[in-house]
Amino acid sequence: MGIELPSLNFGALLPVIIVILTSVMVLIFDLALSDKRPLGWISFVGLMFAGGAGWIQQSMEGFDPAFQNMAITDGYTHFFNLIFVVGAGLSVLVALGYLGKKGLQGGEYYAMLLLATSGMMIMAAGTDLMIIFLGLELMSISLYVLAAINRYSRASLEAGIKYFLLGAFASAFFLYGIALIYGASGSTNLNGIGEGLKAVPKGYEALPLFGLGLLIIGFSFKIAAVPFHWWTPDVYHGAPTSVTAFMSVGAKAAGFAALIRVLTVSFGFDGSMFADNWHVAVATLAVLTMTLGNLTALAQNDVKRMLAYSSIAHAGYVLVGVVTGTEQGISAALFYLMAYAFMNIGAFAVISVLEQQDAIGTNLEEYAGLAGHHRVLAMLMAIFMLSLMGFPMLGGFWGKVYVFLAAIEAGWIVLAIIAVLNSGIAAYYYLRVIVHMYMSPVSDQSHAINLNSAMQVALGLAAFGTILLGVMPARIMDLAASSGLFG
Amino acid sequence: MIEQYLPILILIVASLIFAAIALLAPWYLGPRNPIETKLDTYESGKLPYGDARRQVPIHYYKVAMLFIVFDIEVVFLYPWAILLRDLRMYGLLIMSVFFALLVLGLVYEWMKGALEWN
Repeated sequence: MGIELPSLNFGALLPVIIVILTSVMVLIFDLALSDKRPLGWISFVGLMFAGGAGWIQQSMEGFDPAFQNMAITDGYTHFFNLIFVVGAGLSVLVALGYLGKKGLQGGEYYAMLLLATSGMMIMAAGTDLMIIFLGLELMSISLYVLAAINRYSRASLEAGIKYFLLGAFASAFFLYGIALIYGASGSTNLNGIGEGLKAVPKGYEALPLFGLGLLIIGFSFKIAAVPFHWWTPDVYHGAPTSVTAFMSVGAKAAGFAALIRVLTVSFGFDGSMFADNWHVAVATLAVLTMTLGNLTALAQNDVKRMLAYSSIAHAGYVLVGVVTGTEQGISAALFYLMAYAFMNIGAFAVISVLEQQDAIGTNLEEYAGLAGHHRVLAMLMAIFMLSLMGFPMLGGFWGKVYVFLAAIEAGWIVLAIIAVLNSGIAAYYYLRVIVHMYMSPVSDQSHAINLNSAMQVALGLAAFGTILLGVMPARIMDLAASSGLFG
Repeated sequence: MIEQYLPILILIVASLIFAAIALLAPWYLGPRNPIETKLDTYESGKLPYGDARRQVPIHYYKVAMLFIVFDIEVVFLYPWAILLRDLRMYGLLIMSVFFALLVLGLVYEWMKGALEWN
């Protein structure tokens, strides 16, 4: 009896393998080391290697499907891997500077962070709904643990439990959607679904359409789109700040990675009712997400909570790029996610520096007169706030410009107008932070500001990335445009 | 399309009927003689004490979780062992990677003291 051995093409998933091996290494070294700080540096080096492996892959010709068409490393995967490596790398640096202060330094933290990163990479590379689900769970379960990792804080535990319950709920939606789509198309492979759906006879579209709806709901939970955003403020607020920075960037980008691939590859074919339907559904989500996120953020007096609502609003802007379904729109969404990774982690890094105890020290009042205490920190925060707002010559500005232009060119004029109005509203709450820092009298509470070297590197890199994307956006936009999703 | 699923419907109905018969027949046919010992909680011959709904040491959960993880992973060794010759060197290499991760997990939990009982 001869068994035909499958060709798995391990090389295609090299970045994922490197990240997983690093996480195993961190766990093993955790046993031997009493000082946990080197573990963070090991994680950082591992992530850099993963990024380097991705870079080498990118320069090679041809996109190989791996693991029997379960995954692929095309330009799209590379670009998202880059976002994940940037996000995870910066988060590790922030964690190195932050965890010690909280007494949370430990091997599990870094191992979980790396496992979550590998899950995100699998989501971006997966071309089969089962693999995407596997990546989703690997990412989510690690993030549940990370959210609750400060087990001495009620807020952190609450965040973990809430995230776990709603995340499990979302996974159920997602699985149900996979089952219905499999029932209708006879495949879980993204290309196979596209082929199978073309053969669905007229009048029988209800089943796959319902399945598609459930898939979009499942992803909407992960990217925190309204009306599936209710967990976001509490989880982002309760989780340790270094974790919030990571999941607001990584989990969101991973959700978008899989969502965009599923929508364009399986349901994107021209002239189908599926494409028309998801365009309208995602456009509705985008309008709700932007508007509600921004309006609620206006009322927040806690900076961490304000940024949680702002991250909801940003998911809305990215959705505007997704709605178009054109190459230009998708590239703009990818660029936006990259810019968001730098500026959002930067903003959370500043918050984590100023934070004193659990959930104390994130109130906006305490930022009064920060410019007097610590000029550099206030300046960095101002850069991140301006970039999030969409101030010209910073990364966030070009993200918005590209997304809005793509929407206009694809004919979504009203959507683009709503998006522009929304970024006008958003200016209020971002500027409010700057006004508090620069124009309020110095508060009595003096912050004992402790900036260690890891945090300095993190802040520096985040600011550098934000400015670099603002000064020369074309380079990254080219990279996003050649992402290869459209052949 | 939907006609293909008719056998499944028949199966569901048949299993419901069978379950109903299996539950109702003993209730109707069997003799009943309830005494206190019969109605008591069954504890493998030990005398039961206290309520079942009380706090249980968390060790039980930990050990149960570790057991299920390793139990399920070791199950993968059976099909591999049967096909070892056909899978040749390739199967051996893949399995040793899997096994290395498994052993590292065991070392980790051991060193962390998860297997101590005190």
